[in-house]
Amino acid sequence: MNFWETFYRNKLALTGSGIVLLLFFVSVFAPLIAPYDPGQIDLKNVLLPPSLDHWFGTDQLGRDVLSRMIWGARISLKVGFVATGVAIIIGTLLGAVAGYYGGWLDAGIMRFVDIMLCFPTFFLILAVIAFLEPSIWNIMIIIGLTGWMGVTRLVRADFISLRERDFVKAAKVIGAGDLRIIFIHILPNAMASILVAATLGIAGAILTESALSFLGIGVQPPTPSWGNILTAGKDNIDIAWWLSLYPGLAILITVVGYNLLGEGIRDSLDPRLKK
Amino acid sequence: MPETLIDLQNLNKIFTFTSGIFNSQNRIVHAVQSINLQIWKGETLGLVGESGCGKSTLARLIVGLENPSSGFIFFQGDDISSYDKRAMKIYRRNVQLIFQDPYSSLNPRKSAISMVKEPLIIHRSGNSDERRRQATELMEKVGLSAEQANRYPHEFSGGQRQRIGIARALILQPQLIIADEPVSALDVSVQAQILNLLKDLKQDFGLTYLFISHDLNVIRHMADRVAVMYLGQIVELAENRDIYESPLHPYTQLLLSAVPDCNPRKKRKKVIIKDEIGHGGNRGCNFQDRCPYKLPLCKEQQPVLQEVNKQRFCACHLAGSIRMS
Repeated sequence: MNFWETFYRNKLALTGSGIVLLLFFVSVFAPLIAPYDPGQIDLKNVLLPPSLDHWFGTDQLGRDVLSRMIWGARISLKVGFVATGVAIIIGTLLGAVAGYYGGWLDAGIMRFVDIMLCFPTFFLILAVIAFLEPSIWNIMIIIGLTGWMGVTRLVRADFISLRERDFVKAAKVIGAGDLRIIFIHILPNAMASILVAATLGIAGAILTESALSFLGIGVQPPTPSWGNILTAGKDNIDIAWWLSLYPGLAILITVVGYNLLGEGIRDSLDPRLKK
Repeated sequence: MPETLIDLQNLNKIFTFTSGIFNSQNRIVHAVQSINLQIWKGETLGLVGESGCGKSTLARLIVGLENPSSGFIFFQGDDISSYDKRAMKIYRRNVQLIFQDPYSSLNPRKSAISMVKEPLIIHRSGNSDERRRQATELMEKVGLSAEQANRYPHEFSGGQRQRIGIARALILQPQLIIADEPVSALDVSVQAQILNLLKDLKQDFGLTYLFISHDLNVIRHMADRVAVMYLGQIVELAENRDIYESPLHPYTQLLLSAVPDCNPRKKRKKVIIKDEIGHGGNRGCNFQDRCPYKLPLCKEQQPVLQEVNKQRFCACHLAGSIRMS
């Protein structure tokens, strides 16, 4: 059975990809979909409950919550992809070098991974952000810089098993250099697990960004983000539940969606799990 | 005497395995022991021996996948360990390997044609069109059609995959092909096709083969000279006919007596020998634990490969005095 057939039969994976596709659509067409300008303050209509005019209600400055969430989806997607991209690039390069060359280089890189894993990631990010301007680019890069260790381990493991395969020996015998072997022969065979790690990594990055924004050191108002809408919701939770509920649900559904997609891809790629 | 292409001199390969942090006793495997062997230009040298005797290690030493622990490999008179990067690249053009398992020796993510033309890309031969044409021509020569060129390994059968491996080894027009059990992973019906293909290609391209196998019938069909290997050593080396008709070494006799024969009436003397493989590496002959003709001398001194008759070499203290029948 091929990849698509297995994937297609996996209902959860399909649900996950549906959620992810919907988010893509919303993010790309945010300016067209959003019913209001996300930054438009309307002090006459503060903290309105959900209604036909404002489906998800309005916030403490009278801004439309739905429109802000649609624009926030863009931020989430951007953070997810850029942060994961940074993590994947670093993790793949280090993992490939460690796994392919082995020896002291491998030992050195893997001990560095262990050291990085010892830091509680979230507090590391908090500490670093304290010294930097909390701009969205800084956040994306820092999330990426603290998220590559798992990818390194994964890629290293794949390289260790692949480098012993005969087709790699064959490449050596025809005279291929190390770079050619790493990038043209081994890496394409390790892409499956990298892809899965990337999908799951996006979910983690989105969650981290929301948490940082919630704490006020992530995406700065007035730029809308699911995390900073939640912050406003926290202050008004006794009178305006919609300000907390909808962004919370959006984060939940997004993270679940990416996780389902990632696990679906993994199950479809792994022949041992095929029925 | 014909021109010598590869000359192995006193070649050794020792693998050491560390068994644990607190265990200082390392396990040592002497995979290739003091091998002296010449491969002549234009011949097919058969190398036969049981699993684990070091046949494949020898092949990997010659193609440069492993470095010898001691000893020398001379290619057309030059020591290959003295080669710099550029000379090594030229050596790789000249010495190619066909792998045993056609299922793991092809990259699952590359199409047939891209694997066949890759050596040309690495060695910067021709432009893109020429490479494609050359690869397609060679693929047709080994029995693959042009429309199969863009398929991936999983779409081919074992025999077809081995043809891809053969085309990949041949595209650089090497002088020496080392075939490491090229048919042992294939069905018997396919084996004959591949063997005949290899014979034809040898004619057409003027190749030299080092043909490794554990199958005596395959070696008999292919080889001009045969080297018999036991626990890392060459124990007998002779012309094909001499080996099969009058084996000198007791191990060769054991191997031949184990080959099934199609004629049930033919009387054969079965050589009864203890089955377990000796450990080797001790004092004396590697084969002493299994040898029916063991002498006290065999425990003390390791026999060396010496010329018994013209072009007949045997490593046994009793060489020449024992007969199978």
